[in-house]
Amino acid sequence: MNAIYILWLRELKRYFRSRAMIVASLGQPLLYLLVLGFGLGPVFQKAGNGDYIQFVAPGVIGMSVLFTSVFSGIGLLWDRQFGFLKETLVAPVPRITVMIGKTLGGATVAAIQGLIVLVICLIAGFRPVNWLLLPVALFFMILTAVVFAGLGVAIGSRLQDIQGMQLIMNFLVLPIYFLSGALFPLKGLPVVLSILTRIDPLSYGIDALRNVLLGSSEFTLGLSIAALCIAAFIFAAMGSYSFSKIQL
Amino acid sequence: MIKVDHLYKTFGEVTAVDDVSFDVAAGEVFAFLGPNGAGKTTTIKMLTTLLKPTSGKIEIDGLDPATQSNEARQRFGIVFQDPSLDQELTAFENMDLHGVLYHVPRKVRHERTEMLLKLFELWDRRNDFVKKFSGGMKRRLEIARGFLHTPKILFLDEPTLGLDPQSRNQLWTHVKNLNETEGVTVFLTTHYMDEAERVADRIAVIDHGKIIAQGSPDELKQQTETESLEAAFLVLTGSSVRDENADSADQMRQMAKMWRR
Repeated sequence: MNAIYILWLRELKRYFRSRAMIVASLGQPLLYLLVLGFGLGPVFQKAGNGDYIQFVAPGVIGMSVLFTSVFSGIGLLWDRQFGFLKETLVAPVPRITVMIGKTLGGATVAAIQGLIVLVICLIAGFRPVNWLLLPVALFFMILTAVVFAGLGVAIGSRLQDIQGMQLIMNFLVLPIYFLSGALFPLKGLPVVLSILTRIDPLSYGIDALRNVLLGSSEFTLGLSIAALCIAAFIFAAMGSYSFSKIQL
Repeated sequence: MIKVDHLYKTFGEVTAVDDVSFDVAAGEVFAFLGPNGAGKTTTIKMLTTLLKPTSGKIEIDGLDPATQSNEARQRFGIVFQDPSLDQELTAFENMDLHGVLYHVPRKVRHERTEMLLKLFELWDRRNDFVKKFSGGMKRRLEIARGFLHTPKILFLDEPTLGLDPQSRNQLWTHVKNLNETEGVTVFLTTHYMDEAERVADRIAVIDHGKIIAQGSPDELKQQTETESLEAAFLVLTGSSVRDENADSADQMRQMAKMWRR
């Protein structure tokens, strides 16, 4: 437990000490919120779908959680580069402990980042239907963050060099984001797209946030929790396996 | 304390370690010498569970690192050839993290951290981020960290690379002291022949993945009919310069440096 705690704490210290990174990581969600929120807002309203800022805010929060958690896991690549990974791999603790510490640290950082984006959304005009449900929204942010931090660790354990990151960004992270229904409603999609959105774990995270914050959703909360827990289990198992196979 | 029997490691077509066998007795200081790319670091990586051997057997204090990795890891400490500190943490935090990972109780951890940081003249900088340290200070911190959990076996992979003569002298004095007072077994690699001669009880010379000579410094000089260990080393390994390919981590460090410019 101590090893998990110290590795979790390390992730948090690194996050809070890198103020430039915190500010930089808010750029993209802000851009989506402000440009899409205000730019597409009138069109969305004319189509009879209501206020686009209200709709897109949970998607932007989900995006922030997704990007931060995946890239926090992929941070293993930097640990490999700067040698710190060796220090953890020769330590007399099971590798799964190291992997859990890293995953939980990344997930916590991502959830904090999601909270900061939620505050920005509130400043931009987003209003939840029930303020008392904000802790439930935080629970879904954490659950989504655990899912994707696990995925990030699974990828980071395999990546050998920085060139692979662009590949992951273009062919995994962005498709996960765009297929999640963060920017458009999941109703009435073509069959193929509908299937893809339903196998994307982020769809359930963002839909659960919409359910809790706006009272409207495509899936039930029970289904979202089940889907996120299954995804977390699968990615954690993948991460654990990949991490156990690392050789330096 | 360390037993290696017919150890092989291949990477594709390349055989990095080729039928290496040796024993290191408890309390012995054993030096592993060889030119660049001879297989020293690959051997250390296999001994310390970072790499799996292609074939062969390793025993660390009677334990098989392949099946009893955590128990074996608790027995040794290692100072790597390349940096392995977290640059975003302070010197104290790096020591503390290491102590927690090695199950050192809090009180002992703090006492030993203070003692070691004072010994390596880093106590006054304990709350500074490692990224602000000079190369020599980082090296001293890595060495202090390697001693923190009082290991039974200490692996030192080129520990004095980048250190000034004062720090080198201080390191070897401390290693010898640990070896003599606490019976710590030391397995080291170095390019400095004077250091090997000064601290090692026995030396193995490795080249092209094979051990080509073993013995005390005097025995090696006698075998090669030379006056110094350096001359013996050159007789055994030849005088042509060896190059090593940069691995992916080296390439990434290069890229990171380029970005910082």
